[in-house]
Amino acid sequence: MSDAGYPDDLLYHPEHDWARIEAGESQEATLGITWYAQDALGEVVFFEAPAVGTRLVQGSPYAEVESVKAVSDVVAPLSGEIVAVNDALEDSPQLINEDPYGEGWMVRIAPSDPGEREQLMDAEAYSATLGG
Amino acid sequence: MCPPEDKPHAACLETAHVRSLRWRMRQRNSESPARTASLRAVPTTLRRTPLYDRHVAAGAKLVEFAGWEMPVQYEGVRHEHTAVRTDVGVFDVSHMGEIETSGPQALELLQRLISNDLAKVPIGGAQYGLLCREDGGVLDDLFTYRLDADRWLTVTNAANHERDLAWWLAHAGELDVQVEDRVEDYAMLAVQGPRARELVQAISDAPLPPRMSAATRRLAGAQMLVCGTGYTGEDGVELLLAPADAPALWDELLRRGARPAGLAARDTLRLEACYHLYGNDLSVERGPIEAGLGWCCVEETDFVGSEAVRAVRAAGPRERLVAFAIDGPGIARQGNPIAGGGIVTSGTFSPTLGIGVGLAYLPAERAAVGTRLEIDVRGKMRPAVVREKPLYRKGS
Repeated sequence: MSDAGYPDDLLYHPEHDWARIEAGESQEATLGITWYAQDALGEVVFFEAPAVGTRLVQGSPYAEVESVKAVSDVVAPLSGEIVAVNDALEDSPQLINEDPYGEGWMVRIAPSDPGEREQLMDAEAYSATLGG
Repeated sequence: MCPPEDKPHAACLETAHVRSLRWRMRQRNSESPARTASLRAVPTTLRRTPLYDRHVAAGAKLVEFAGWEMPVQYEGVRHEHTAVRTDVGVFDVSHMGEIETSGPQALELLQRLISNDLAKVPIGGAQYGLLCREDGGVLDDLFTYRLDADRWLTVTNAANHERDLAWWLAHAGELDVQVEDRVEDYAMLAVQGPRARELVQAISDAPLPPRMSAATRRLAGAQMLVCGTGYTGEDGVELLLAPADAPALWDELLRRGARPAGLAARDTLRLEACYHLYGNDLSVERGPIEAGLGWCCVEETDFVGSEAVRAVRAAGPRERLVAFAIDGPGIARQGNPIAGGGIVTSGTFSPTLGIGVGLAYLPAERAAVGTRLEIDVRGKMRPAVVREKPLYRKGS
Protein backbone atom coordinates (compact mmCIF):
# COMPACT_ATOMS: atom_id res chain seq x y z
CA MET A 1 0.00 0.00 0.00
CA SER A 2 1.08 3.54 -0.75
CA ASP A 3 1.29 6.48 1.65
CA ALA A 4 -1.57 8.95 1.88
CA GLY A 5 -1.19 11.96 -0.35
CA TYR A 6 -2.76 14.27 -2.92
CA PRO A 7 -0.23 15.60 -5.47
CA ASP A 8 -0.36 19.31 -6.27
CA ASP A 9 -0.20 18.79 -10.03
CA LEU A 10 -3.56 16.98 -10.23
CA LEU A 11 -7.17 18.13 -10.45
CA TYR A 12 -9.74 16.37 -8.25
CA HIS A 13 -13.39 15.40 -8.62
CA PRO A 14 -15.46 15.11 -5.41
CA GLU A 15 -16.23 11.43 -6.17
CA HIS A 16 -12.53 10.69 -5.40
CA ASP A 17 -11.17 10.70 -8.93
CA TRP A 18 -8.18 12.64 -10.28
CA ALA A 19 -7.11 14.06 -13.66
CA ARG A 20 -3.63 15.04 -14.81
CA ILE A 21 -3.48 17.39 -17.77
CA GLU A 22 -0.51 16.14 -19.78
CA ALA A 23 2.06 18.52 -21.26
CA GLY A 24 1.97 19.14 -24.99
CA GLU A 25 -0.47 20.58 -27.48
CA SER A 26 -2.94 17.69 -27.32
CA GLN A 27 -3.83 18.55 -23.71
CA GLU A 28 -4.70 14.91 -23.08
CA ALA A 29 -5.75 14.02 -19.56
CA THR A 30 -4.80 10.91 -17.55
CA LEU A 31 -7.43 9.69 -15.07
CA GLY A 32 -7.44 7.54 -11.94
CA ILE A 33 -8.83 7.25 -8.40
CA THR A 34 -7.40 8.99 -5.36
CA TRP A 35 -5.47 7.56 -2.46
CA TYR A 36 -8.56 8.02 -0.31
CA ALA A 37 -10.73 6.00 -2.71
CA GLN A 38 -8.31 3.07 -2.98
CA ASP A 39 -7.84 3.06 0.79
CA ALA A 40 -11.59 2.99 1.42
CA LEU A 41 -12.00 0.23 -1.17
CA GLY A 42 -9.16 -1.95 0.13
CA GLU A 43 -7.06 -4.30 -1.96
CA VAL A 44 -8.22 -4.03 -5.57
CA VAL A 45 -8.64 -7.43 -7.20
CA PHE A 46 -10.36 -6.56 -10.46
CA PHE A 47 -10.44 -3.66 -12.90
CA GLU A 48 -11.84 -3.87 -16.39
CA ALA A 49 -11.02 -0.85 -18.54
CA PRO A 50 -13.53 0.37 -21.13
CA ALA A 51 -12.48 0.26 -24.78
CA VAL A 52 -10.41 2.94 -26.50
CA GLY A 53 -12.84 5.27 -28.24
CA THR A 54 -15.40 5.18 -25.43
CA ARG A 55 -16.83 8.62 -24.67
CA LEU A 56 -16.79 9.79 -21.08
CA VAL A 57 -19.18 12.32 -19.56
CA GLN A 58 -18.02 14.39 -16.62
CA GLY A 59 -19.59 13.12 -13.39
CA SER A 60 -20.76 9.82 -14.90
CA PRO A 61 -19.30 6.38 -14.20
CA TYR A 62 -17.08 4.93 -16.94
CA ALA A 63 -15.67 1.82 -15.22
CA GLU A 64 -15.86 -0.28 -12.08
CA VAL A 65 -13.15 -1.15 -9.64
CA GLU A 66 -13.54 -4.10 -7.29
CA SER A 67 -11.93 -5.05 -4.03
CA VAL A 68 -12.54 -8.34 -2.24
CA LYS A 69 -15.53 -6.88 -0.48
CA ALA A 70 -16.96 -4.14 -2.66
CA VAL A 71 -17.45 -2.81 -6.13
CA SER A 72 -17.33 0.90 -6.82
CA ASP A 73 -18.02 3.05 -9.86
CA VAL A 74 -15.18 5.08 -11.26
CA VAL A 75 -16.49 8.52 -12.19
CA ALA A 76 -15.13 10.64 -15.02
CA PRO A 77 -13.69 13.93 -13.73
CA LEU A 78 -13.72 15.29 -17.31
CA SER A 79 -15.64 14.56 -20.52
CA GLY A 80 -13.79 13.23 -23.53
CA GLU A 81 -12.84 10.23 -25.62
CA ILE A 82 -10.56 7.46 -24.39
CA VAL A 83 -7.29 7.38 -26.35
CA ALA A 84 -5.44 4.83 -24.19
CA VAL A 85 -6.15 2.40 -21.35
CA ASN A 86 -3.76 0.97 -18.77
CA ASP A 87 -3.61 -2.68 -19.87
CA ALA A 88 -1.31 -3.54 -16.97
CA LEU A 89 -4.26 -3.32 -14.58
CA GLU A 90 -5.88 -6.40 -16.09
CA ASP A 91 -3.18 -8.67 -14.65
CA SER A 92 -2.01 -6.37 -11.84
CA PRO A 93 -5.02 -4.49 -10.44
CA GLN A 94 -3.12 -4.02 -7.17
CA LEU A 95 -1.16 -1.24 -8.91
CA ILE A 96 -4.18 0.93 -8.12
CA ASN A 97 -3.35 0.49 -4.41
CA GLU A 98 0.40 0.55 -4.74
CA ASP A 99 0.72 3.62 -6.97
CA PRO A 100 -2.69 5.30 -7.45
CA TYR A 101 -1.23 8.39 -9.21
CA GLY A 102 1.42 6.58 -11.24
CA GLU A 103 1.31 2.99 -12.45
CA GLY A 104 -2.27 2.72 -11.21
CA TRP A 105 -3.63 5.20 -13.79
CA MET A 106 -6.74 3.96 -15.55
CA VAL A 107 -7.37 5.71 -18.86
CA ARG A 108 -6.09 8.64 -20.94
CA ILE A 109 -8.63 10.82 -22.71
CA ALA A 110 -8.80 13.64 -25.24
CA PRO A 111 -10.93 16.11 -23.27
CA SER A 112 -13.83 17.54 -25.19
CA ASP A 113 -14.43 20.65 -23.06
CA PRO A 114 -11.40 22.40 -21.54
CA GLY A 115 -13.78 24.62 -19.57
CA GLU A 116 -14.79 21.66 -17.37
CA ARG A 117 -11.48 21.89 -15.56
CA GLU A 118 -12.80 24.91 -13.73
CA GLN A 119 -15.25 22.66 -11.91
CA LEU A 120 -12.51 20.47 -10.44
CA MET A 121 -10.68 21.07 -7.17
CA ASP A 122 -7.01 21.51 -6.44
CA ALA A 123 -5.27 19.24 -3.93
CA GLU A 124 -5.88 21.55 -1.01
CA ALA A 125 -9.60 21.93 -1.66
CA TYR A 126 -10.02 18.18 -2.22
CA SER A 127 -8.11 17.29 0.95
CA ALA A 128 -10.39 19.64 2.87
CA THR A 129 -13.46 17.68 1.74
CA LEU A 130 -12.05 14.54 3.36
CA GLY A 131 -12.14 16.10 6.81
CA GLY A 132 -9.93 15.21 9.73
CA MET B 1 -28.82 -0.15 22.38
CA CYS B 2 -26.85 1.22 25.32
CA PRO B 3 -26.07 -1.49 27.85
CA PRO B 4 -26.36 -0.74 31.56
CA GLU B 5 -23.53 1.26 33.10
CA ASP B 6 -22.17 -1.66 35.07
CA LYS B 7 -21.59 -3.78 32.00
CA PRO B 8 -18.09 -3.27 30.66
CA HIS B 9 -18.74 -5.37 27.55
CA ALA B 10 -20.09 -2.71 25.29
CA ALA B 11 -19.81 1.05 25.34
CA CYS B 12 -21.85 3.49 23.37
CA LEU B 13 -20.60 6.15 21.08
CA GLU B 14 -21.63 8.81 18.67
CA THR B 15 -20.34 7.79 15.29
CA ALA B 16 -19.72 11.32 14.09
CA HIS B 17 -16.02 11.10 14.82
CA VAL B 18 -15.61 7.86 12.90
CA ARG B 19 -17.04 9.56 9.84
CA SER B 20 -14.00 8.78 7.74
CA LEU B 21 -14.62 5.07 8.25
CA ARG B 22 -18.12 5.19 6.91
CA TRP B 23 -17.55 6.10 3.33
CA ARG B 24 -20.26 4.22 1.58
CA MET B 25 -18.79 2.75 -1.55
CA ARG B 26 -20.81 3.32 -4.65
CA GLN B 27 -21.98 -0.22 -4.55
CA ARG B 28 -24.35 -1.41 -7.16
CA ASN B 29 -26.28 -4.55 -7.72
CA SER B 30 -29.28 -5.54 -9.71
CA GLU B 31 -31.73 -4.32 -7.08
CA SER B 32 -30.34 -0.87 -6.37
CA PRO B 33 -29.32 0.95 -9.55
CA ALA B 34 -26.83 3.31 -7.99
CA ARG B 35 -26.00 4.53 -4.57
CA THR B 36 -23.95 7.65 -4.42
CA ALA B 37 -20.82 7.79 -2.38
CA SER B 38 -21.10 10.07 0.56
CA LEU B 39 -19.08 11.02 3.56
CA ARG B 40 -21.84 10.59 6.04
CA ALA B 41 -21.90 10.82 9.76
CA VAL B 42 -24.59 8.31 10.66
CA PRO B 43 -26.31 9.61 13.77
CA THR B 44 -26.65 6.36 15.63
CA THR B 45 -25.09 4.53 18.52
CA LEU B 46 -23.03 1.43 18.05
CA ARG B 47 -21.84 -1.11 20.58
CA ARG B 48 -18.16 -1.80 21.05
CA THR B 49 -16.48 -5.02 22.08
CA PRO B 50 -13.97 -5.03 24.98
CA LEU B 51 -11.22 -5.13 22.33
CA TYR B 52 -12.22 -1.89 20.63
CA ASP B 53 -9.08 -0.07 21.78
CA ARG B 54 -6.90 -2.94 20.55
CA HIS B 55 -8.49 -2.73 17.10
CA VAL B 56 -7.94 1.02 16.88
CA ALA B 57 -4.33 0.61 18.01
CA ALA B 58 -3.79 -2.09 15.38
CA GLY B 59 -4.99 0.28 12.66
CA ALA B 60 -8.22 -1.58 11.91
CA LYS B 61 -10.87 -0.20 9.61
CA LEU B 62 -14.03 -0.27 11.71
CA VAL B 63 -17.50 -0.66 10.26
CA GLU B 64 -21.04 -1.03 11.52
CA PHE B 65 -22.12 -4.65 11.65
CA ALA B 66 -25.44 -5.69 13.21
CA GLY B 67 -25.37 -2.72 15.56
CA TRP B 68 -21.74 -3.20 16.55
CA GLU B 69 -18.62 -1.29 15.56
CA MET B 70 -16.41 -4.13 14.30
CA PRO B 71 -12.99 -4.43 12.64
CA VAL B 72 -13.50 -5.31 8.97
CA GLN B 73 -9.78 -5.49 8.24
CA TYR B 74 -6.38 -4.60 9.67
CA GLU B 75 -3.47 -4.84 7.20
CA GLY B 76 -5.56 -6.17 4.36
CA VAL B 77 -8.02 -8.97 3.73
CA ARG B 78 -5.72 -11.06 1.53
CA HIS B 79 -2.93 -10.97 4.09
CA GLU B 80 -5.28 -11.94 6.92
CA HIS B 81 -6.95 -14.65 4.84
CA THR B 82 -3.58 -16.21 4.01
CA ALA B 83 -2.48 -16.02 7.64
CA VAL B 84 -5.46 -18.16 8.66
CA ARG B 85 -4.94 -20.64 5.79
CA THR B 86 -1.21 -21.08 6.41
CA ASP B 87 -0.47 -20.09 10.02
CA VAL B 88 -2.84 -18.66 12.65
CA GLY B 89 -5.23 -15.73 12.89
CA VAL B 90 -7.44 -14.38 15.67
CA PHE B 91 -10.88 -12.84 15.21
CA ASP B 92 -12.82 -10.75 17.70
CA VAL B 93 -16.34 -12.13 17.35
CA SER B 94 -17.67 -10.70 20.59
CA HIS B 95 -20.69 -9.37 18.73
CA MET B 96 -22.06 -12.93 18.63
CA GLY B 97 -24.88 -13.47 21.12
CA GLU B 98 -25.27 -16.15 23.77
CA ILE B 99 -28.39 -17.71 25.27
CA GLU B 100 -28.12 -20.03 28.24
CA THR B 101 -30.88 -22.62 28.68
CA SER B 102 -30.95 -24.53 31.95
CA GLY B 103 -33.23 -26.54 34.20
CA PRO B 104 -34.91 -29.96 34.23
CA GLN B 105 -36.72 -29.35 30.92
CA ALA B 106 -33.94 -27.47 29.13
CA LEU B 107 -33.40 -30.33 26.67
CA GLU B 108 -37.13 -30.49 25.96
CA LEU B 109 -37.18 -26.79 25.04
CA LEU B 110 -34.09 -27.04 22.85
CA GLN B 111 -35.43 -30.10 21.03
CA ARG B 112 -38.55 -28.07 20.26
CA LEU B 113 -36.55 -25.06 19.02
CA ILE B 114 -33.49 -26.46 17.27
CA SER B 115 -33.59 -28.69 14.18
CA ASN B 116 -30.86 -31.12 15.22
CA ASP B 117 -31.07 -33.87 17.87
CA LEU B 118 -29.55 -32.41 21.01
CA ALA B 119 -30.24 -35.60 22.99
CA LYS B 120 -27.23 -37.04 21.17
CA VAL B 121 -24.89 -34.37 22.53
CA PRO B 122 -22.81 -35.52 25.51
CA ILE B 123 -21.78 -33.18 28.30
CA GLY B 124 -18.95 -31.12 26.80
CA GLY B 125 -20.26 -31.67 23.28
CA ALA B 126 -21.20 -29.18 20.59
CA GLN B 127 -23.77 -29.34 17.81
CA TYR B 128 -24.81 -27.18 14.86
CA GLY B 129 -28.51 -26.68 14.17
CA LEU B 130 -31.14 -24.34 12.82
CA LEU B 131 -33.95 -22.34 14.34
CA CYS B 132 -36.98 -22.55 12.06
CA ARG B 133 -40.47 -21.13 11.82
CA GLU B 134 -43.49 -23.42 11.45
CA ASP B 135 -43.23 -23.04 7.66
CA GLY B 136 -39.59 -24.13 7.72
CA GLY B 137 -38.18 -20.65 7.05
CA VAL B 138 -34.83 -20.32 8.81
CA LEU B 139 -34.67 -17.84 11.70
CA ASP B 140 -31.03 -18.47 12.61
CA ASP B 141 -28.21 -20.99 12.45
CA LEU B 142 -26.53 -21.73 15.74
CA PHE B 143 -23.98 -23.75 17.67
CA THR B 144 -25.13 -25.19 20.99
CA TYR B 145 -22.72 -26.42 23.66
CA ARG B 146 -23.77 -28.78 26.46
CA LEU B 147 -22.11 -27.32 29.55
CA ASP B 148 -23.70 -29.78 31.98
CA ALA B 149 -26.54 -32.33 32.05
CA ASP B 150 -29.17 -29.56 32.28
CA ARG B 151 -27.19 -26.51 31.17
CA TRP B 152 -26.69 -25.44 27.54
CA LEU B 153 -25.13 -22.44 25.84
CA THR B 154 -26.28 -21.42 22.36
CA VAL B 155 -24.32 -18.92 20.26
CA THR B 156 -26.51 -16.70 18.07
CA ASN B 157 -25.85 -14.39 15.15
CA ALA B 158 -25.63 -10.79 16.35
CA ALA B 159 -28.34 -9.54 14.00
CA ASN B 160 -30.76 -12.26 15.16
CA HIS B 161 -30.01 -12.35 18.87
CA GLU B 162 -32.99 -10.35 20.12
CA ARG B 163 -35.40 -12.21 17.84
CA ASP B 164 -33.94 -15.57 18.91
CA LEU B 165 -34.25 -14.68 22.55
CA ALA B 166 -37.90 -13.71 22.10
CA TRP B 167 -38.48 -17.01 20.24
CA TRP B 168 -36.87 -18.93 23.12
CA LEU B 169 -39.06 -17.18 25.68
CA ALA B 170 -42.21 -17.58 23.58
CA HIS B 171 -41.70 -21.36 23.48
CA ALA B 172 -40.55 -21.81 27.07
CA GLY B 173 -44.17 -21.54 28.19
CA GLU B 174 -44.94 -23.84 31.09
CA LEU B 175 -41.67 -25.75 30.89
CA ASP B 176 -39.45 -25.95 33.95
CA VAL B 177 -36.62 -24.10 32.28
CA GLN B 178 -34.59 -20.95 32.73
CA VAL B 179 -33.65 -18.86 29.68
CA GLU B 180 -30.93 -16.27 30.19
CA ASP B 181 -29.55 -13.63 27.84
CA ARG B 182 -25.78 -13.95 28.33
CA VAL B 183 -24.67 -11.53 25.59
CA GLU B 184 -23.19 -9.13 28.13
CA ASP B 185 -21.31 -11.86 29.96
CA TYR B 186 -19.15 -13.18 27.14
CA ALA B 187 -16.49 -11.92 24.83
CA MET B 188 -15.64 -14.34 22.03
CA LEU B 189 -12.37 -14.87 20.19
CA ALA B 190 -11.86 -17.31 17.33
CA VAL B 191 -8.27 -18.57 16.96
CA GLN B 192 -8.09 -20.33 13.59
CA GLY B 193 -5.47 -21.82 11.33
CA PRO B 194 -3.12 -24.82 11.11
CA ARG B 195 -1.04 -23.48 14.03
CA ALA B 196 -4.03 -22.35 16.16
CA ARG B 197 -4.21 -25.35 18.49
CA GLU B 198 -0.49 -25.43 19.10
CA LEU B 199 -0.51 -21.74 19.98
CA VAL B 200 -3.51 -21.96 22.32
CA GLN B 201 -2.32 -25.24 23.86
CA ALA B 202 0.90 -23.51 24.92
CA ILE B 203 -1.04 -21.18 27.25
CA SER B 204 -3.64 -23.72 28.45
CA ASP B 205 -3.62 -25.52 31.80
CA ALA B 206 -4.91 -28.78 30.26
CA PRO B 207 -5.24 -30.47 26.86
CA LEU B 208 -7.63 -28.64 24.54
CA PRO B 209 -11.00 -30.25 23.77
CA PRO B 210 -11.14 -31.99 20.36
CA ARG B 211 -13.26 -30.74 17.46
CA MET B 212 -17.00 -30.38 18.11
CA SER B 213 -16.56 -30.35 21.87
CA ALA B 214 -16.08 -27.75 24.59
CA ALA B 215 -14.39 -27.62 28.00
CA THR B 216 -13.53 -25.09 30.67
CA ARG B 217 -9.83 -24.29 30.69
CA ARG B 218 -7.53 -21.70 32.21
CA LEU B 219 -5.68 -19.77 29.50
CA ALA B 220 -3.05 -17.18 30.37
CA GLY B 221 -4.51 -17.08 33.88
CA ALA B 222 -8.19 -16.62 32.99
CA GLN B 223 -10.92 -19.25 33.05
CA MET B 224 -12.93 -19.66 29.86
CA LEU B 225 -14.93 -22.03 27.70
CA VAL B 226 -12.71 -23.46 24.96
CA CYS B 227 -14.68 -24.81 21.98
CA GLY B 228 -13.32 -26.90 19.13
CA THR B 229 -15.35 -25.03 16.54
CA GLY B 230 -14.83 -22.38 13.88
CA TYR B 231 -16.04 -20.74 10.70
CA THR B 232 -12.98 -20.74 8.47
CA GLY B 233 -12.47 -24.28 7.17
CA GLU B 234 -9.31 -24.57 9.26
CA ASP B 235 -8.71 -26.25 12.59
CA GLY B 236 -8.84 -24.02 15.61
CA VAL B 237 -10.78 -23.03 18.71
CA GLU B 238 -13.34 -20.48 19.77
CA LEU B 239 -12.93 -18.96 23.22
CA LEU B 240 -15.84 -17.65 25.31
CA LEU B 241 -14.66 -15.61 28.27
CA ALA B 242 -15.47 -12.74 30.60
CA PRO B 243 -15.21 -9.44 28.71
CA ALA B 244 -12.81 -8.06 31.30
CA ASP B 245 -10.35 -10.89 30.55
CA ALA B 246 -10.44 -10.45 26.77
CA PRO B 247 -7.81 -7.71 26.27
CA ALA B 248 -5.05 -9.59 28.14
CA LEU B 249 -5.81 -12.79 26.23
CA TRP B 250 -5.82 -10.93 22.91
CA ASP B 251 -2.42 -9.42 23.73
CA GLU B 252 -1.00 -12.81 24.66
CA LEU B 253 -2.28 -14.45 21.46
CA LEU B 254 -0.74 -11.66 19.35
CA ARG B 255 2.52 -11.84 21.31
CA ARG B 256 2.70 -15.52 20.37
CA GLY B 257 2.21 -14.80 16.70
CA ALA B 258 -1.53 -14.87 16.00
CA ARG B 259 -2.38 -12.28 13.36
CA PRO B 260 -5.50 -10.15 13.89
CA ALA B 261 -8.07 -10.90 11.19
CA GLY B 262 -11.24 -8.92 10.46
CA LEU B 263 -14.76 -9.64 9.30
CA ALA B 264 -13.77 -9.32 5.63
CA ALA B 265 -11.33 -12.23 5.90
CA ARG B 266 -13.85 -14.14 8.00
CA ASP B 267 -16.25 -13.83 5.08
CA THR B 268 -13.82 -14.94 2.35
CA LEU B 269 -12.65 -17.86 4.53
CA ARG B 270 -16.16 -19.09 5.30
CA LEU B 271 -17.24 -18.72 1.69
CA GLU B 272 -14.33 -20.84 0.42
CA ALA B 273 -15.34 -23.42 3.03
CA CYS B 274 -19.01 -23.04 1.90
CA TYR B 275 -20.33 -22.23 5.35
CA HIS B 276 -23.66 -20.42 5.26
CA LEU B 277 -23.97 -16.80 6.31
CA TYR B 278 -27.31 -15.90 7.83
CA GLY B 279 -28.91 -12.99 5.97
CA ASN B 280 -27.17 -14.04 2.75
CA ASP B 281 -27.51 -17.78 2.24
CA LEU B 282 -30.09 -18.42 4.96
CA SER B 283 -33.31 -16.50 5.55
CA VAL B 284 -36.94 -17.00 6.47
CA GLU B 285 -37.66 -17.13 2.72
CA ARG B 286 -36.09 -20.56 2.29
CA GLY B 287 -35.89 -23.76 4.28
CA PRO B 288 -33.08 -26.04 5.45
CA ILE B 289 -33.40 -28.59 2.64
CA GLU B 290 -33.07 -25.89 -0.03
CA ALA B 291 -29.99 -24.63 1.81
CA GLY B 292 -28.37 -28.07 1.82
CA LEU B 293 -28.73 -28.34 5.59
CA GLY B 294 -30.95 -31.40 5.74
CA TRP B 295 -28.08 -33.17 7.54
CA CYS B 296 -28.70 -31.08 10.66
CA CYS B 297 -32.49 -31.58 10.67
CA VAL B 298 -33.91 -34.50 12.65
CA GLU B 299 -37.66 -34.34 12.04
CA GLU B 300 -38.32 -37.11 14.59
CA THR B 301 -37.58 -34.60 17.39
CA ASP B 302 -40.69 -32.60 16.34
CA PHE B 303 -38.88 -29.28 16.27
CA VAL B 304 -40.84 -26.23 15.15
CA GLY B 305 -40.84 -26.46 11.36
CA SER B 306 -40.20 -30.21 11.24
CA GLU B 307 -43.39 -30.95 9.30
CA ALA B 308 -42.47 -28.44 6.60
CA VAL B 309 -38.95 -29.85 6.43
CA ARG B 310 -40.27 -33.41 6.20
CA ALA B 311 -42.55 -32.45 3.30
CA VAL B 312 -39.77 -30.74 1.32
CA ARG B 313 -37.37 -33.60 2.01
CA ALA B 314 -39.95 -36.09 0.68
CA ALA B 315 -40.98 -34.11 -2.41
CA GLY B 316 -37.53 -32.73 -3.20
CA PRO B 317 -36.74 -29.02 -3.06
CA ARG B 318 -37.49 -26.73 -5.98
CA GLU B 319 -34.22 -24.88 -5.41
CA ARG B 320 -30.80 -25.86 -4.14
CA LEU B 321 -27.93 -23.80 -2.77
CA VAL B 322 -24.84 -24.46 -4.88
CA ALA B 323 -21.25 -23.29 -4.89
CA PHE B 324 -20.00 -21.72 -8.11
CA ALA B 325 -16.82 -20.30 -9.55
CA ILE B 326 -16.65 -17.65 -12.25
CA ASP B 327 -15.00 -18.95 -15.40
CA GLY B 328 -12.82 -16.00 -16.41
CA PRO B 329 -12.69 -12.42 -15.09
CA GLY B 330 -15.29 -10.82 -12.86
CA ILE B 331 -16.75 -11.18 -9.39
CA ALA B 332 -20.40 -11.99 -8.79
CA ARG B 333 -22.05 -10.34 -5.80
CA GLN B 334 -25.07 -10.96 -3.58
CA GLY B 335 -28.26 -10.26 -5.52
CA ASN B 336 -26.88 -10.93 -9.01
CA PRO B 337 -29.50 -12.88 -11.01
CA ILE B 338 -28.66 -16.04 -12.97
CA ALA B 339 -29.88 -16.53 -16.53
CA GLY B 340 -32.76 -19.01 -16.59
CA GLY B 341 -33.54 -18.51 -12.89
CA GLY B 342 -31.64 -18.41 -9.64
CA ILE B 343 -29.83 -15.80 -7.59
CA VAL B 344 -26.40 -15.28 -6.05
CA THR B 345 -26.66 -15.05 -2.25
CA SER B 346 -22.93 -14.65 -1.51
CA GLY B 347 -20.19 -13.65 -3.90
CA THR B 348 -16.62 -12.56 -3.46
CA PHE B 349 -13.09 -12.87 -4.76
CA SER B 350 -11.46 -16.02 -3.40
CA PRO B 351 -7.95 -15.16 -2.20
CA THR B 352 -6.97 -18.86 -2.20
CA LEU B 353 -8.30 -19.70 -5.68
CA GLY B 354 -7.69 -16.27 -7.24
CA ILE B 355 -11.11 -16.16 -8.91
CA GLY B 356 -14.65 -14.99 -8.24
CA VAL B 357 -16.65 -17.56 -6.25
CA GLY B 358 -19.92 -17.70 -4.38
CA LEU B 359 -23.09 -19.45 -3.33
CA ALA B 360 -26.32 -19.28 -5.31
CA TYR B 361 -29.82 -20.72 -5.22
CA LEU B 362 -30.60 -22.50 -8.50
CA PRO B 363 -33.63 -24.41 -9.77
CA ALA B 364 -33.03 -27.98 -8.55
CA GLU B 365 -32.88 -29.42 -12.09
CA ARG B 366 -29.95 -27.11 -12.93
CA ALA B 367 -28.02 -27.49 -9.69
CA ALA B 368 -25.76 -30.43 -10.53
CA VAL B 369 -21.98 -30.06 -10.19
CA GLY B 370 -20.53 -29.09 -13.56
CA THR B 371 -23.62 -27.19 -14.77
CA ARG B 372 -22.62 -24.11 -16.74
CA LEU B 373 -24.22 -20.81 -15.71
CA GLU B 374 -24.41 -17.24 -16.91
CA ILE B 375 -24.51 -14.74 -14.07
CA ASP B 376 -25.73 -11.21 -14.72
CA VAL B 377 -23.07 -9.11 -12.98
CA ARG B 378 -24.39 -5.57 -13.26
CA GLY B 379 -25.39 -6.04 -16.88
CA LYS B 380 -22.42 -8.15 -17.98
CA MET B 381 -23.04 -11.87 -18.43
CA ARG B 382 -20.24 -13.77 -16.70
CA PRO B 383 -19.86 -17.51 -17.35
CA ALA B 384 -19.62 -19.68 -14.24
CA VAL B 385 -19.65 -23.35 -13.28
CA VAL B 386 -21.40 -25.15 -10.42
CA ARG B 387 -18.61 -26.55 -8.25
CA GLU B 388 -18.39 -29.22 -5.62
CA LYS B 389 -18.72 -28.02 -2.00
CA PRO B 390 -16.57 -26.96 -0.30
CA LEU B 391 -14.65 -24.77 -2.74
CA TYR B 392 -11.63 -25.14 -0.49
CA ARG B 393 -10.71 -28.09 1.69
CA LYS B 394 -8.10 -27.96 4.43
CA GLY B 395 -4.71 -29.08 3.18
CA SER B 396 -5.73 -28.90 -0.48
